[in-house]
Amino acid sequence: MAGFDHGPNEPDEQESLETISRNTRLGLILFLVYLVLYGGFVFLNTFSPAQMEVVVFAGLNLAIVYGFTLIIAAFLLAMIYGWMCRNEITSPTAKNGEAKP
Amino acid sequence: MIYEPSFMAVLIFGAIVAVTLGLSFWLGAKAKSAKGYFAAGGGIHWFVNGVAFAGDYLSAASFLGICGMIAFYGYDGFLYSIGYLAGWIVALFVIAEPLKRMGRFTFADALDSKFQSRGIKLAAAISTLAVSIFYLIPQMVGAGALITPLLGFPHYVGVLMVGTIVILIVVTAGMVSTTYVQFLKGSLLVIFSTILTILILQRGLSTEPVNDGKTTHQFQILGPVAANDLQQWRSELKLTDQDKLTSLDQGPWAKKGFLQLTRDGKTSYWKISENQDQQYFLSETQYKLVTSQGAVLINGLPQGTGEGETDFYPVGRISKLPGNKTETGPLGLTSFLSTIRESEIILWGSDSVKEDDGSTVTIYYPKPTSGEKVLSPGNHPKFAGIRGDKFSEKLNFLSLMLALFCGTASLPHILIRYYTVKDQASARKSTIVGIGSIGYFYILTLFMGLGAMTSGAMDVTNSNMAAPLLAKSIGDWLFAVISAIAFTTVLGTVSGLIIASSGAVVHDLMSSFLKIEMNDFAKVRIAKIASVVVGVIAIILGILFEKFNVNYLVGWAFSVAASANLPALVMLLFWPKTTKQGITVAIFTGMISSLGWILLSADSYKGIYGWKAEDAIVPFSQPGLVTIPLGFIVLIVVSLLTQPKSEDSVN
Repeated sequence: MAGFDHGPNEPDEQESLETISRNTRLGLILFLVYLVLYGGFVFLNTFSPAQMEVVVFAGLNLAIVYGFTLIIAAFLLAMIYGWMCRNEITSPTAKNGEAKP
Repeated sequence: MIYEPSFMAVLIFGAIVAVTLGLSFWLGAKAKSAKGYFAAGGGIHWFVNGVAFAGDYLSAASFLGICGMIAFYGYDGFLYSIGYLAGWIVALFVIAEPLKRMGRFTFADALDSKFQSRGIKLAAAISTLAVSIFYLIPQMVGAGALITPLLGFPHYVGVLMVGTIVILIVVTAGMVSTTYVQFLKGSLLVIFSTILTILILQRGLSTEPVNDGKTTHQFQILGPVAANDLQQWRSELKLTDQDKLTSLDQGPWAKKGFLQLTRDGKTSYWKISENQDQQYFLSETQYKLVTSQGAVLINGLPQGTGEGETDFYPVGRISKLPGNKTETGPLGLTSFLSTIRESEIILWGSDSVKEDDGSTVTIYYPKPTSGEKVLSPGNHPKFAGIRGDKFSEKLNFLSLMLALFCGTASLPHILIRYYTVKDQASARKSTIVGIGSIGYFYILTLFMGLGAMTSGAMDVTNSNMAAPLLAKSIGDWLFAVISAIAFTTVLGTVSGLIIASSGAVVHDLMSSFLKIEMNDFAKVRIAKIASVVVGVIAIILGILFEKFNVNYLVGWAFSVAASANLPALVMLLFWPKTTKQGITVAIFTGMISSLGWILLSADSYKGIYGWKAEDAIVPFSQPGLVTIPLGFIVLIVVSLLTQPKSEDSVN
């Protein structure tokens, strides 16, 4: 297994400044998207809890549907982030980290 | 409740724990350097690390606390699942990569890589210790909750066992072994929770759940009647002239709505309740009486399984299924939830009264609750405020949800895991794997919690026991496996936390702050001594906090972590004018204010000191809403006041 050999633990690669700022911006945009979703959920629960009892789909109420949506959305956004983040790595050592488990 | 240990359960349990320990001893022999001990040499594969994230994060609190809270209060427990997962978004999108780019071993390293300040090292080390110890309490309480039903030992034995085993693991191994233990455990937890959920859906819902071949005790609920009248209740209870029924409305009992019945020399308590149509009901209760001499009586008899002794009845069932059916047969994912929504479920409330003679009576009473209420927020006493008009109660809820959102990215034992992979891309990929497995598990918690709620197997006195008891109601083997996984869950989380704390002591306090010169060998030795000390503190606190729902305790740990660490982390990463003084003061302010707030809150007054909740100084119990922004403000103000003269010294 790849993990058993202990490599160096300083970051091996240096990403270009452009990559860093692009990834950071992407992260912040996705964070804001989720913040709005989560904030909406929390405020609805706090100030209008009766709304959460409304049945929206297949006998499930808003509380359940919104809750599941938040969990699934977190995973989807994480996938989008992983997909869109650029990885321009200048150091050759990074390929060791790509081995399958 | 008293638990009968099962031989096979103990055997399976022992085998899993032995394999875990053996693995960590074996791996421990492979890691001798300081790097190997603290950060697994930076060479863990991202997939393993991702599942290990889940292993770290899905602690006793997630598994036992959330299931227990859902089993006792419905949807409110699921709010924690949502909040805990949302926190990962902050970790992934905002903190993960910049942090990995900066640091080497600990959270303090990352904060300090810009400034080389001893003040920051000190502040970060102390906050790491404080948060770790706070987070250790619920893990240890969870350990006790697991051992009790499994082996029949009292709570403190469970805590001692976990503490000792963990100290052994940490002292012999370090980060490599905990990573693989966490990987194993994270995978097992997800797999067996899936199996448990499938079995719950297969079993379906029933108004008369059967456990160990016995149906659940059906508690009497009399009524409805038009008036709350003693004579009326006498006839409903079919009492004779010898039986004595008194209304308890004096002294400490006033306004609580209980009747005391003495029949055949036995005392019982009955709870009066009223519905919206002003009809009254009278329900049979269970109670525990602790006399001023310390003797314990359950429902009027000594607690035990012998003759003339009794124990609490297991509880938790559906009282009405849609269409007045008695059972549903196998259900699907959505039909399980929609059936519960259309049913009526018996939840349990409790009330405690201290009598003038020094004895204490704790009464547990059934509360028939509509499925609509069970599947929407506001049933837990701590969350009930969102359905009321009091603004401070609403703020309490907002405050908790904010702390859960911000807390994850500030937990030292989660942060430390960013250093166990090679590079930023791996840190990112591990986090995605982590979010996937954790999110999937959290969806299952709702089914496991509701399955427990309707299983007829719950211990009315302890919500932390819900998940293991649910498994037991399905089968002893499943109970053994789930308990063993949950137990290794505790082991893994606790060892991660202890490593984070010992790292803080050695690396930040001794080496960087006190400037003590140490070689690798000495560092590892001191780390091991620190681990033992932190372990012992955790054992003591775990015994003291037995009765708290572990989830609630974790909420506090998240508040402290978010208040102390998040402002420093975020501002360091995104605000160039941040100064070392700003960071140091912000960490101390966040930590002290959130700890202070918790200690002065109504929950601590009632739960820890045994004082009146109304006397509490702070207006609501969860500190996050005040103390997280406070950390940011203090950081900004202090940084602006301490700007260096020349522009270039910051960047």
